[in-house]
Amino acid sequence: MTSTAAPPVPAPPRRATPARRSRRQWRGWLFVAPFVLVFALTFLAPIIYAFGLSLFRDQAFFGGTVFVGADNYAQVLRDAKFWESFLRVLLFLVVQVPIMLLLALVAALAIDSARLHAAGFFRVVIFLPYAVPAVVAALMWGFMYGDHFGLAADLNHLLGTDAVKPLSDHWMLASIGNVVTWEFVGYNMLIFYSALKVIPKELYEAASIDGAGAFRTIASVKLPALRGSIVIATIFSIIGSFQLFNEPNIMRTLAPNVIGTFYTPNMYAYNLSFGGQQYNYSATVAIVMGVITAVIAYVVQLRGTRKGM
Amino acid sequence: MATFSVTRPSKSRVLTAVMALYLVYTLVPLVWLVINATKTQPALFSSSGLAFGGPFALFDNIGQTFTYDGGIFFRWLGNTVLYVVVGAGGATILATAAGYGLAKYRFPGRRAVFAVVLGAVAVPGTALAVPTFLLFSKLGLTNTPLSVIIPSLISPFGLYLIWVYAADAIPDELLEAARIDGAGEIRIFLTVTLRQLVPGIVTVALFTMVQTWNNYFLPLIMLSEPKWYPLTVGLNQWSAQANGAGARPIFNLVLTGSLLTIIPLVIAFLLMQRFWQSGLSAGSVKQ
Repeated sequence: MTSTAAPPVPAPPRRATPARRSRRQWRGWLFVAPFVLVFALTFLAPIIYAFGLSLFRDQAFFGGTVFVGADNYAQVLRDAKFWESFLRVLLFLVVQVPIMLLLALVAALAIDSARLHAAGFFRVVIFLPYAVPAVVAALMWGFMYGDHFGLAADLNHLLGTDAVKPLSDHWMLASIGNVVTWEFVGYNMLIFYSALKVIPKELYEAASIDGAGAFRTIASVKLPALRGSIVIATIFSIIGSFQLFNEPNIMRTLAPNVIGTFYTPNMYAYNLSFGGQQYNYSATVAIVMGVITAVIAYVVQLRGTRKGM
Repeated sequence: MATFSVTRPSKSRVLTAVMALYLVYTLVPLVWLVINATKTQPALFSSSGLAFGGPFALFDNIGQTFTYDGGIFFRWLGNTVLYVVVGAGGATILATAAGYGLAKYRFPGRRAVFAVVLGAVAVPGTALAVPTFLLFSKLGLTNTPLSVIIPSLISPFGLYLIWVYAADAIPDELLEAARIDGAGEIRIFLTVTLRQLVPGIVTVALFTMVQTWNNYFLPLIMLSEPKWYPLTVGLNQWSAQANGAGARPIFNLVLTGSLLTIIPLVIAFLLMQRFWQSGLSAGSVKQ
């Protein structure tokens, strides 16, 4: 027990008067206000500003901007480049996220099972890639994918073919998915693992007395206890997929003909701003993606928390 | 047949072997990086990826990494440390104070703060980056360290973690006792609360540190001069140098620089793992 200011024989607690109590509760703002101020500057102000931008359009010839109402939004909805990039991250999401979360779940259950030799070692090593910056991960894998001094070349040499081409148009999305999976399995594993750690021992004993084996215990004790964590991990992964940027943008250097300027919606918004100076339209793309992401995350949360409760 | 017990199971070789396969997948890129950071630029192209080849040039590469282009890598390292110390350090302080305030005071507006913060988390951070750049540009903050540091100061995840942790780890009776002793709210926070929150604070500090150290998109947008780059943006610039007209590829330095970028974080994780893991488990008690 850490020592505190409490006296050895505590005086009978005096009840604070309602007025004093409420003044004290107000002091909560003292602790929250700094966070709220910076939050307003870095989250709320940009959202409001982006919305303002999205209502205007640059005048190509006259300079200055003109109010166009919802025109930019109508343009995004008709924009083939936007939808192509959107469908690409959607495909990425549908394939990569389940694979990643399943691997993380299996790893967490295995490490928690007490049937694994050197479980602590596994836990640390599998988590390790999370400490690797996305830039370094993408550079590393990108070089390994390449046929200059990568492993793809070695593999082709070994097999006597030239079939292994991770950086080709056909394989690129899967190759990026592999990098993202490599980076984040450990992170999600840790989320699941820390939820498993707090399951009360009595539940396992009860399951054991009922004659449940390892798999039965997983199905009826562990997975239900993981529900909340799985929903959270899914939501974070959805947000991550929709804002995919770092990995494709870095691998663009290695395969500029495969990864274009609108490979993902986020790259599109970025290149509209910094390549084309189309700030108003870029802000509109960002808002549309933000709204789509928030809606899908919200639906997943609703479904995830409702089912079987 | 051996009796099977869920609470005291025996170790399984099959399970360990299957997991070892995954371990190989995790480790191969890192092993590849270490091996290839020991090669000279010509040896990179002439030797196989997972074998040593050519002269052992690791220390030579490290020396070159730090001296290339007037020692810009060292500058980037210093920038990264600055962004991490001020950004992640500040984020940890703000999240700790706010998480504690939300957990232990029933002040008016508390629910609104909660709703707005959690709602804003669903908005993709990178979708916000371009508008944030434009706003900061209006404020004259772009291409300064502040443009990277200020957005790093907010960690909604950190706020949430401390909140849940504080609700659990700090009994109201403790605060009442300190108040009866006549301590003010700030003094209680500094002398009583902080000590109780240590595992939660370490966890948040580590995660904000990793996020700031690894941040790429925000500094890429905000900074135009290489002298303010963090390591991540600098490394990618070195890598991109291999393309285009007048290309001067320095793959050996990109690889060695990447290795040097990872090492501090790996060490921090290994050293602090006991703390942050207990912080995370406590954080997931309440759901």
